[in-house]
Amino acid sequence: MTTVRVGVVSFPGSLDDQDAARAVSLAGAEPVRLWHADADLRSVDAVILPGGFSYGDYLRCGAIAKFAPVMGALVDAANDGMPVLGICNGFQILCESGLLPGALTRNDHLHFICRDQPLIIENASTPWTQSFEIGETIVVPLKNGEGGYVADESTLDMLEAEGRIIARYVGANPNGSRRNIAGITNARGNVVGLMPHPEHAVEDLTGPSTDGLGFFMSALKALTRDGLTSVSPAN
Amino acid sequence: MPTAPRVIVEVMLKPEILDPQGRAIIGALGRLGITDVVDVRQGKRFEITLDGALADASLDDLHRVAAELLSNPVIEDYELRIEA
Repeated sequence: MTTVRVGVVSFPGSLDDQDAARAVSLAGAEPVRLWHADADLRSVDAVILPGGFSYGDYLRCGAIAKFAPVMGALVDAANDGMPVLGICNGFQILCESGLLPGALTRNDHLHFICRDQPLIIENASTPWTQSFEIGETIVVPLKNGEGGYVADESTLDMLEAEGRIIARYVGANPNGSRRNIAGITNARGNVVGLMPHPEHAVEDLTGPSTDGLGFFMSALKALTRDGLTSVSPAN
Repeated sequence: MPTAPRVIVEVMLKPEILDPQGRAIIGALGRLGITDVVDVRQGKRFEITLDGALADASLDDLHRVAAELLSNPVIEDYELRIEA
């Protein structure tokens, strides 16, 4: 069987690239480290934009990362259907790049938040969520200062109508996200942005659960099933 | 020799976007004994100094910089003006 190769991009200030690469390994795929300054995806089958503080979060979170050389290649690949997962700062970069609608803003209570967060999965057909069941509740860490998802009402209605909200926060809203949104996908269903951190919930020793593994197992399953050629739309 | 022109770009959150920093500032005003302020919005100001005269082409470039880098049109508006 062909090995599935999942790229993990490191920007200056990326924090969770090592954990994301480890999660990819634990899921059974091969992590491939990608460098922000190289416009080269090294023939990977999928890409993860990890959490952290790319370029120090200067200007706005993700605003400078979107102009990194690797992003030109990534945007083209994403538009061709490659599975892309942006976690936390990666989600912010995907929104800044226009691959996902909306934006992430300062938490409404102004505090950085760090806790184990229950989520409900609402779309189990993307290449990053198909190991889950719709309605399944999982627990993964959430840690952000600017995690409030905002978009105009018509965009929020469209995301709801098209089943593009992949996960919502369960219980009290941790950051002011509109409609309790924790993660969304693009129209095609191959690009997913998620504010919580599944890569920190892949081993009993260090995480609150191993629920996070499902995101990485999903990509392996999707890419193996599709013969590494294409990914079906979510809808 | 004329001084190099300076371009000011001000970026504000759109009115419909919650500004939690502005709200925190209102909270602090009470501690200064100021009670008649009903709203504070916090924004960003960029001062851009050019090398030489401002050509029309570079003004277009600056609008592009303001729209694509200095602000996020999903949540922010910008204003650009030239200071002599």
